[in-house]
Amino acid sequence: MVRFILSKLLYLVPTFLGITIVAFSFVRILPGDPVLLMAGERGVTPERHAELSAQLGYDKPVVVQYFDFLGRLMHGDFGNSLVTKKPVLTEFMTLFPATVELGLCAIIIATLVGVPVGVLAAIKRGSWFDQISMTTALVGFSMPIFWWGLLLIIFFSGILGWTPVSGRISLLYYFPNVTGFMLIDSLLSGQKGAFASAVSHLILPSIVLATIPLAVIARQTRSAMLEVMGEDYVRTARAKGMPPRRVIGVHALRNAMIPVITTIGLQIGVLMAGAILTETIFSWPGIGKWMIDSISRRDYPVVQSGLLLIAALVMVVNLLVDLTYGLINPRIRNK
Amino acid sequence: MSDIAPTPVVRLSDAAIRRRMLAEFWFYFRQNRGAVAGLAVFILLVLIAVFAPLLAPHDPTMQYRDALLVPPAWQEGGRTTFLLGTDAVGRDMLSRLIYGAQYSLFIGVVVVAIALVGGVILGLLAGYFGGWVDTVIMRVMDVILAFPSLLLALVLVAVLGPGLTNAMIAIAIVYQPHFARLTRAAVMSEMKREYVTAARVAGAGNLRLMFRTVLPNCLAPLIVQATLSFSSAVLDSAALGFLGMGAQPPTPEWGTMLAEAREFILRAWWVVTFPGLAILISVLAINLMGDGLRDALDPKLKRS
Repeated sequence: MVRFILSKLLYLVPTFLGITIVAFSFVRILPGDPVLLMAGERGVTPERHAELSAQLGYDKPVVVQYFDFLGRLMHGDFGNSLVTKKPVLTEFMTLFPATVELGLCAIIIATLVGVPVGVLAAIKRGSWFDQISMTTALVGFSMPIFWWGLLLIIFFSGILGWTPVSGRISLLYYFPNVTGFMLIDSLLSGQKGAFASAVSHLILPSIVLATIPLAVIARQTRSAMLEVMGEDYVRTARAKGMPPRRVIGVHALRNAMIPVITTIGLQIGVLMAGAILTETIFSWPGIGKWMIDSISRRDYPVVQSGLLLIAALVMVVNLLVDLTYGLINPRIRNK
Repeated sequence: MSDIAPTPVVRLSDAAIRRRMLAEFWFYFRQNRGAVAGLAVFILLVLIAVFAPLLAPHDPTMQYRDALLVPPAWQEGGRTTFLLGTDAVGRDMLSRLIYGAQYSLFIGVVVVAIALVGGVILGLLAGYFGGWVDTVIMRVMDVILAFPSLLLALVLVAVLGPGLTNAMIAIAIVYQPHFARLTRAAVMSEMKREYVTAARVAGAGNLRLMFRTVLPNCLAPLIVQATLSFSSAVLDSAALGFLGMGAQPPTPEWGTMLAEAREFILRAWWVVTFPGLAILISVLAINLMGDGLRDALDPKLKRS
């Protein structure tokens, strides 16, 4: 197992270096002079320009600049935002819990609904339930979620007036930021209605973000279940008179879950892409909206480091998924 | 020993074999009702796109200043000249939607073409030569795949500058590793076959081996992936348009139309509903087709 983990880790090194190269060259190939960009509209004198260039290291060869960049990263220095002047890492850490909260809720909804639907559809293959649920799943899979979010806002916020349109919690409540997760913090604060407010803000964005993963998980669970139920050991279990519930619950489901867990893990990339759209629609103060705002404000240090941090994060989560996969499936581990 | 009359060998011409394969393909494809429905909708979309100038009742960018945010014809206050209503500057929704089909299909075709050609060439090189060529190419693909696709596309567009062309290039770059991976895997399994060795012994050069001998036998998974990428391209380009990074106004692109409609969502449902519905229907139709193609082309899945 240790060898398996080490080999996976080693495999990541070139990919990580590749990510840093992409993030580094992103700012270098941008049209325009980075110093002029930083100086803003007022511009700079030639002397000041040379001074700033030297200060930022832009006068050195590109390769040297890259290694400087890498060195700073290793020390946890991700640069400062041009707009707020704050360190990018600090901003990332402040906004990150909001995205995690949204993403976790979405993946929980997607799993809790998607897996049972997939299992049921597989068991009752060809039934009306199977057909309707799989058609719905395909519609969900094809959904432009930015439009879906707007529709939900029209219906639940506009017509029914049940949910708020944007933000994480009503402005009426103010409490200290303990964990960064609004649901937990609002409970800890003990204020009446705070938790309900947090939930009502969270529910629509999580449904929107859950839509595509839910469809993917339901489809994947169904096909994994169908495959497993055709296996010899399931037939054997049936033949020796095991109750169907136990055959499905123990023999089939457990084995079918292996590819499904991978699928769930791989949704993290989908979730990050979805978070950009979802957070924009619901003005959710997370990483996705931060990236979009930074791109439109041309806040390049933020875009550069944000891109790097998000990619590294996705990579680490994928690694964890891979390791879990090895943990539950010895055949992979010992290959 | 008894005399057995030699069975006459029936030689089929290439064209006949192709016809048979096509018939077999159609047989399997037809069994999937969803796929046939998807194909029908897709053909309809193509027709709408091609005949847009004839079908659209108005110019898609013409602003009727006396008809701002007119509701659809069946609703109170609607006018029969504007069947699906007008947007905030008085442009006819129906005409814009019809012209929008052109953009979506065009984007899908261009993105898939670039991603397919690029990915197939890289995958062929990696799978055919192996060794360090393979390592270098596949590591680069891994790096691209490490980024969430929409995010990388967004950043690429930020570098290249917002606009439809750059959005298409960015999306194609992001999609191309999928094709490279598929091609590489298929090529690697084909390379072990005897017919490849035979062709090599017969004196076929590298290029001929790659493109004429091996590639045609790797097409099935690529066709399925191309269909899936087509629908994702329509979706992602609409998302980029929605975020202001794709086609720029006043282009009647569906995602861009949604972006312009955002501020009116609580006042004029039609400006939001129809463009999204158009995106959903097109993407759904293509995905249905993709499911059918996969069933018909992938022998492993034919049974299930």
